[in-house]
Amino acid sequence: MSRASVVGVGETEYTKRSPRTALQHQLEASLTAIADAGLTPGDVDGVIPIGITGAPVEEYVADFGITDLRFSAVVPHGGASAVGALQLAGAAIAAGLCSTVLVPFGRNTSSGAKAGQRIHTMPQFHFVSEYERPAGNIAPAQLYAPMARRHMELYGTTSEQFGEIAVSTREHALLNGRGLMTRPITLADHQASRMITDPFRLLDCSLESDGGAAFVVTSPERARDLAQTPVDLLGSAMGHPDSPSSITQRPDLTRVGVAKAAALAFEAAGVTHADIDVAEIYDCFTYIVLCQLEDLGFCAKGEGGPFVEGGRLRLGGELPTNTHGGLLSQSHMLAVNHVVELVRQLRGTAGAAQVAGAETGLVTGYGDMGDGGVAILRKGTS
Amino acid sequence: MTEPEDIAAPYWRGAAEGVLVLQRCGNCGVVRHYPRAICSACQSELVEPQQADGRGTVHSWTVTHHAFDPRLADDLPYTLVTVDMREGVRVLGRLDGDTAPAIDLPVRITFAPGLDGTPVPHFVVEAP
Ligand SMILES: [Zn+2]
Repeated sequence: MSRASVVGVGETEYTKRSPRTALQHQLEASLTAIADAGLTPGDVDGVIPIGITGAPVEEYVADFGITDLRFSAVVPHGGASAVGALQLAGAAIAAGLCSTVLVPFGRNTSSGAKAGQRIHTMPQFHFVSEYERPAGNIAPAQLYAPMARRHMELYGTTSEQFGEIAVSTREHALLNGRGLMTRPITLADHQASRMITDPFRLLDCSLESDGGAAFVVTSPERARDLAQTPVDLLGSAMGHPDSPSSITQRPDLTRVGVAKAAALAFEAAGVTHADIDVAEIYDCFTYIVLCQLEDLGFCAKGEGGPFVEGGRLRLGGELPTNTHGGLLSQSHMLAVNHVVELVRQLRGTAGAAQVAGAETGLVTGYGDMGDGGVAILRKGTS
Repeated sequence: MTEPEDIAAPYWRGAAEGVLVLQRCGNCGVVRHYPRAICSACQSELVEPQQADGRGTVHSWTVTHHAFDPRLADDLPYTLVTVDMREGVRVLGRLDGDTAPAIDLPVRITFAPGLDGTPVPHFVVEAP
């Protein structure tokens, strides 16, 4: 039985070099999500801001005229925070701590530092900053590349298989229509794209982008009285890799945090892999999608390469994945946009990228150096 | 009163002299890296520095073609290797020379100045 439902989603326009601040993006996306739910800003009594750009909760209290904020928290796991916030919102609501939780995110990257500089301001990356950055190991692409390279060497995984993920994700971004990327790409384009840090080419890497995204969670009972078809949280779990603060020291470079969370989430949800109609998988890099598909149990460790071939992840395939274009081709909204898209898919309002008859779906997060989150959602009855 | 010594000080003293110094638990003997305040096997604070043998084998790598720091533009492309040291810990550093990296490639550690002059591990391929 579900203990929480997502009832509102919102996004801003996704751009680069936006003149609007991170806070403006957060507030705009939040107001859109609250209106989408048929609520008013003052109805919010819980806030879980996402990411290091998250505005203090006090900003929301003041700007939204919240007279009785009962719950606030921060989930400190980078790209896994959105799924973590969804889980935490559900737990807080089920515990009776509050009734309506807003999960906002917004960023303006163009006015600030790039990812390769941002992470070195974050305490969880301190081993990288102290011991590895001076050698030239600076950006997330470089931290994760040895994970992908090891997978390729052990299992024969190929750059073309990474490319298939880039191509299908781009196709979906074009169907979604909100994406920063507006031109189709081919596998040849992927293979011709500039090598950034082997094995990652430019088209294996996600976007730096500006904008905001948000969602609203409430109780299943209250959800039935609101504006939209509710989308119920069936089950969720968080998991962390061994040696979470140093990839270099990690015993198994080819596994990430969702490997520990997946079975718990499926068990809590009471569904199997065959029940998943659509998946929104954290895609900071193409390989990270492939790795998580294995760790989630959609295929065995080492079989991710062949698994993604043959259009399996495309619309109409067996497991349509990142139907909005993801972080690779829509916008890097730290997977809050993944939650937004999954909710739209399960409402049946995902437009040209709608998976026909989608009722049950899965969303993951991947944060910092491998923190993971999995949530399984289902279309509710209104 | 003296300040407690930084747990990483023995590592950095060794690095400046060109040798890898690891932490060995003074209670259970487990060797660890990077430097930490307590042993993850027994949670003891007791620790002894241990100079590493210096030899290891390549676990994985990346070849970087993009200057994430403008000071590295002249180094491109450069290879970063993750190395399994004989003591059971890993070290990340530069791979020197022309040999292509490969899993289990035998290497030996040296140190050389990196960004800001910080001594960083470099690896040279060992003759088989
Ligand atoms: Zn010990």
